[in-house]
Amino acid sequence: MLVLTRKTNESIMIGEDVEISVVEVKGDQVKLGITAPRNIKVHRKEVFLAIQRENISASQAAVDKVGGLLRRKEEG
Amino acid sequence: MKIKTKPYGEIEVSEKQKILFPDGIIGFEGITSYFLIDSKEGPYYWLQSEEHPELAFILINPRIFMTGYKLMVQSEDLEAIGVEEQSDPLDFAIVTVPEDHKKISANLMGPIIINKKTRVARQVISENDEYGVKHYIMEEAEKQAQLVEST
Repeated sequence: MLVLTRKTNESIMIGEDVEISVVEVKGDQVKLGITAPRNIKVHRKEVFLAIQRENISASQAAVDKVGGLLRRKEEG
Repeated sequence: MKIKTKPYGEIEVSEKQKILFPDGIIGFEGITSYFLIDSKEGPYYWLQSEEHPELAFILINPRIFMTGYKLMVQSEDLEAIGVEEQSDPLDFAIVTVPEDHKKISANLMGPIIINKKTRVARQVISENDEYGVKHYIMEEAEKQAQLVEST
């Protein structure tokens, strides 16, 4: 992993289109500003992982268990 | 056309039910083509992968169990699916059904938004910090009922 030291209002470029700047440093919190093209999604990692985990559980519902809950009218 | 589905086996669907996720769904990035199937009973829908019969998600309109629900997404996400700011996308939450059915929950942190005209969709991250990945539908619905009774 590349580690760089930056001060407030300094930034780094990732490629030509992505810029990450340090907006504010307060105690153990760092406020970052991110400029990136629309096709690059920027997420907080823990939020992204939480949604990914939930999607995986959601995809694993056993149909026979869900059946009574979600039966189609013509079958029910 | 006919497709194989997880809940109902082979069924007839219309091209109009086809929903395209150019970026996939989070955790299922390579899978882009789905069909939206009305479950007809109850407030649920199935989002069935076209290529993978065993992959399907259950969707719900969150307003069914939470009348105050408000979709809050970044304008970039709306633009990504071609929805102008003034017009509303169709939106759903993905439902998780655990062993204990009473604990059926909806993910309000990662809603699905669909452009009604082009049926291009995307899973986005809610801008509302109060929305988590597990809102228990029965519990929320009960809270709602109590609110109605007390007014």
